[in-house]
This record gives sequence, structure tokens and C-alpha cells, in this order.
Amino acid sequence: MDAVLLQVLNGLDKGSAYALIALGLTLIFGTLGVVNFAHGALFMIGAFCAVTLNKIFEISAITIDPTKTDFLGKPLQVKTPYLEKWFGDFGLAVMDWSVPLAIIISIPIMMLFGYIMERGLIRHFYKRPHADQILVTFGLAIVLQEIIKAFYGANPIQTPAPSAFVGTLDIGVYLGFAQNAITYPYWRLVYFAFACLVIFAVFAFLRFTTFGMVVRAGMADRETVGLLGININKKFTIMFALAACVAGVAGVMYTPINSPNYHMGMDFLVLSFVVVVVGGMGSLPGAVLAGFLLGILESFASMNVVKQFFETIFIPSIDQIVIYLVAVIVLLVRPRGLLGHKGVMED
Amino acid sequence: MNNSKYSDAALLLFFIIMVVAGPFILAPFGGSYPDLLQKFAIFGIFAIGFNILFGLTGYLSFGHAVFLGVGSYGAVWMFKLLSYNVLPALVMAVVVAGFFSVVIGYISLRRSGIYFSILTLAFAQMMFNVAYSVATPITNGETGLQIYNDDPQWLQGADSPLTTNLFGLKMNEVFWRPEFFGFEAQFNVGYYFCAFFLVIAFYLALRITRSPFGMMLRAIKTNQNRLSFTGVSTRPYMLAAFVISGMYAGLAGGLWACMDPLAGAERMQWTASGEVVLMTILGGAGTMLGPVLGAGFIKYFEAIFSKINDQVLHSWFAFMPDGMENFMVAIVHPFVGKGWHLTLGLLFMMIVIFLPGGLIGGLTSLGRVLTGRGRKSKG
Repeated sequence: MDAVLLQVLNGLDKGSAYALIALGLTLIFGTLGVVNFAHGALFMIGAFCAVTLNKIFEISAITIDPTKTDFLGKPLQVKTPYLEKWFGDFGLAVMDWSVPLAIIISIPIMMLFGYIMERGLIRHFYKRPHADQILVTFGLAIVLQEIIKAFYGANPIQTPAPSAFVGTLDIGVYLGFAQNAITYPYWRLVYFAFACLVIFAVFAFLRFTTFGMVVRAGMADRETVGLLGININKKFTIMFALAACVAGVAGVMYTPINSPNYHMGMDFLVLSFVVVVVGGMGSLPGAVLAGFLLGILESFASMNVVKQFFETIFIPSIDQIVIYLVAVIVLLVRPRGLLGHKGVMED
Repeated sequence: MNNSKYSDAALLLFFIIMVVAGPFILAPFGGSYPDLLQKFAIFGIFAIGFNILFGLTGYLSFGHAVFLGVGSYGAVWMFKLLSYNVLPALVMAVVVAGFFSVVIGYISLRRSGIYFSILTLAFAQMMFNVAYSVATPITNGETGLQIYNDDPQWLQGADSPLTTNLFGLKMNEVFWRPEFFGFEAQFNVGYYFCAFFLVIAFYLALRITRSPFGMMLRAIKTNQNRLSFTGVSTRPYMLAAFVISGMYAGLAGGLWACMDPLAGAERMQWTASGEVVLMTILGGAGTMLGPVLGAGFIKYFEAIFSKINDQVLHSWFAFMPDGMENFMVAIVHPFVGKGWHLTLGLLFMMIVIFLPGGLIGGLTSLGRVLTGRGRKSKG
């Protein structure tokens, strides 16, 4: 029982990332009718916002301490970050919290990025075939990825979580299991809570605001909304920026879990597409549900018991392919996905 | 479109001449060495096959490299089990790729449009994972499949050569190195072997395009609903097109393994699938010559661009004043050498945005403007 619970928890953080990216993807499908192959790149750019902020905070003044020597016998160089020099303890705290703080700067950056991307590129592709939309966003994804690679190199860059969240929480104790039976890193809990918050905020925004109402109406019937004298294009642009933002903050918060590298976006993109298809194209709750389900499923498949079982029926390393297998089965049984509607993007 | 038999025959003849004279034509551009020439032919076949699916039916598959990959694996297994003769390897490559394309096509074609692209993409990633880790006993995982000394090779004769060959004719042999105008051209057995298949592939694709079957595929691209309403079930046609293009990819993969008896999982990665898409649209999807042209273009520039380093750049801009020279080098530097992928991505976007018809489409409209026939055909 405790092992099962542990795997559910383990699946939650990856599931959260899938759900957030898939949510953004679905928002863009639903509103603009465009498949955004560059969405993974947006996730990656969010992550590199955090990296950049971390690097900026770490810019240090170098002073030479003549009393000590380093291992080569030269005077020891002491690096003091400017933040610490100028603000003392407050500066150190800011450095420590660089990842959560990166959210604040990443939101306007991602908004702007999404806005420029929609106005400058995607907008000209509404009337073009879907294949062209896929191709141009795919090209954009390659370009963004290569630019990041040129600036930050090909290696993963570690970006630590605030020290308050380093370590693990013994959840099992609260639920009546033995000590250390179920432990879970704090930051992953934070990530899960954060993902829930963002998902909740997006749904509330669409549900309870006038803007959201117009957008939902536009998703259902774009033409009629236009005929009613509402500039739906403008609203959809903002939705695109919002979707970019969701992907971006998902990336920012994911950095302590997995050190960002330039191809993380592509890795997540393919899985997020699978998530969207399993959840049902155009269905926001479907995307979220499928995101969490597949995340948990993936972590179950990596359990030793499960792996050994599948090895006995000659399917080794099931955890690598389980998501794709499930996607294939779901599509064969329910071609529209778990919560999909009829007639979404089927032309 | 001009459908007369004579123009097709002329096209084929032109194609054959270009292919046969390939080493000569490319010599002045520094492209006449076996490795690159073979890549031209192999990726030409791959792109022609992809074009049968994408160009004719408009179904964008993002997982075509899978068939290339399994073709390579199939061929290398034949080398390991039988002998270094290339014929069984090629047959095996096409059969294996055909089998996989039936399975993947059958499932993916249940959906159309974007769903189809995403499904093929998912399959590509899954097959990559399978080849990379799951099926390690068959694919040798990360290392890639190679031929070892202790492989059985049951049919390998005592005196037959220890590299890939066609009944003793070695694939890596360069049989003629003429030099003209100071450029060296290398005539290579492997290239002509690939070129033979390239011509056959081209001829078959031409026949398929002109056949009633090809007409049906184009009808699917134009309006699938309407076709269904007239009582035609489109799925068998789609599956046939998918399998044919999968087998083309398998042939290409098999040939690749014949030229260089290796197979690795990275050949199946979905970026590799993206590359063949790019080749096809760069040349012009739906045209006959386009995909081959696109494949040649990309492979050529890949070979050239990857070689350029800062030294070469400095020599290019040496005529400028120093500051200007460094500035130009700094600008160009990210796009060459290791930055080739950046150039590729930008090229990809430019082509999709500005030249949806590809190079052939661009040339055709340019020709129309020059001869002033554009208005007539539109009116």
C-alpha cells in the first residue's frame, strides 16, 4: 500500500508538468486552431528565465584575501556576490529564492514572447493548411532551441531550490505508516501545489470573467462571436500569451527538479502531445486529467515489481514506452480521447 | 500539369542523366566524394517516398525516420547472419519496413489531420525508445548495431570480401578518379548502386503519381469528405500510400546500411523525421523532382556548413578592415559549424513562410513571370 502511494506521489510532479504544458497546448488549439510545436520551447525558455536570473544574482565582486592561499599557492580569491555586498542577509535570501522570484520576471517575458510570436508569426498561418502550421512552429522550436544552446551550452545547468525546501517530508507518518516509508521532496510538493494553483486560476479565469466567457464562446463558435461585434482575434492573442505564460512558469518551477538543458522542451513536447491526444483534443479538463494520469502511470511502470512482471512476458523496460502504448490503446478504443468532443480539429 | 507521355519520358531521361553524371556535376562544388554522393541518393529515395505520402495525400507524417531506422537494423542483421552481400540485406530492409509501416499506418490512419501527425510522432518517439533501450538484444541499444568477428555469417564464402559487396563488387571501391579543370571527381561503386535504386524509385513514383491510384491520393488531399460521400473508402488507399512510402524509407535505410554497415537508434529520432519533411517541402512537396532536389540541397549544405570554422570565416572576410572582419565573423559564426541546425531551422521557417511551393514551386512561378504566361493560365 505504501509503495503504491509513493508511486502516486512520484507521478504527481511529472504529471503536473505534463498537465500544465498540455493545458497551454489545448488553449491554443481551442482558441486559435493552431498546433503549436514550439510549445515545448516555451517551457524551456521559462526554465532558462530562472537560470538567467540565478546567474545574474550570482554576479560577484572578486576580492583577494592575502592571508589565505589556494591549492596552487596563490592568494585566495574570494567571490562575494554584489547582492550580498550591498544588501547583506537580505541579498542572500534573495539569491536563495531565485527560482520563485524568477516567476515574477518570467511572466512579463513570456507574455511578451507569446504576444510577439502570435502577432509576428502564427497569425499569418490561420488560413494556411495545418501541415504548414505544424512545420513553421517546428522550425521555430528548432531555432529557439539552438539559440539557447548557443548561449548556455549543451550541458544541463543546476539551479537549486530555496534552502527552505531542500530535503524531504515524511508524509507516511501523517497517514499512519511507518517512519521513512513514504518520503517526498518538499520542492515536488511545492511544484504540485503550484501546478494546481495555476490550473485552478486558468479555469477560474475562463469561467468567472467576462473575458473568459467571450473566449469560451469564441472557442465554440468563432464566427458568431465575430458577428456580434467582438474583436475575437485580440482576445485570442491574449489567450496565446497566457498559454505561453503557463508553459513558462511551469518551466521556471521545474528547474530545481530537473536541471534545464536545451532539449528539455522537445522531450516534454512529444509527451505533452500524447497527453493532449489521450485527454481529448480541445478539452481543457481532459488535458489536465490525462496529464496527471499519465504522469502517475509512468512512475508506476518504473516500479521494480511492475518492471519484473513485464519482463516475464518479454517486455523489458516498460517504463520507457508505457505512455505511448497507453496512448495507442486509448486511441483505438476511444478515438476522441478520454474527454474529447466530436468535431474538434477533425477537418 | 502536363501529363503527356513524352514529357514524362523526357523528365525521366533528364533525371537519369543528372544522376549518372552526378560525380562530374558536383566536382566543381567540392561535393564529389563517395560519402556525400551516397547520401544524396539515399536521402533522395527517402524524400521521394515521403513525397508519395505527404505530397500526394497531404498527410504529414512525423515519424518516417522509424522506417529508415528499422530498414537499417534489418539490413545489418542480414549482414550479421548471412553474408556481406547487399541483396538479402536490401530485401530484408524493405520487408521489415513494410511490416512496421502496415502496423503503424493501420493505427495512425484511424485519425486524420493533426491527430495523424501527433500519432506518428508518438510512434516515432516510442520506436526510438524501443531501439535505444527496450529492445537492446536486437538493436544493441546505445552503441548501435555493428558487425563483429564472431557473428555467424552462414553464407559468407572464404574468399568473398570483408566489406559490403554485390557478388564481390565492393561498395566502397572508387573505380575512377578523373581530374578535370583541377577538380577531382570520384566514381564510386556504392554511389552507382544507390543511384540505380534512386532511378527505379523515381520511375515508380512517377508511375504511381500518374496512375489512377495516384489520382485517388490527390483526391484525398483535395477533399476527403467528398470522396467519402461518393462512396469511396479512403483508408485502403491511404494505407497503401503509407506502406509504399514506408518501404521507400526502408530501402533508403537498407542502402545506408549497405554503404556503411552500422545502424543506430539516432536514425529514428523524430528530428530525423523532421529533416525529411524539410527536404520535401524545401524542394517542393507534390512535385516529382522537388524532394530529390531538397534532399541534395540539405545534405550538401550540411556537409559544407559543418566544415566551416572560424579560420575559414576569417579567410572569407580577409579583404575587409580588421574591425569589420571580426564583426562579420562574429555575426556568421553562430550559423556555421556546430550551429548548422540553427541555419536549418531558420531555412525551414523561411521556406514555409515565403515559399510554400518549395524550390520547384518558386522556379515555376519565376518562369511564369519571365515568360508572361502566368496571367493566361490563371484566367
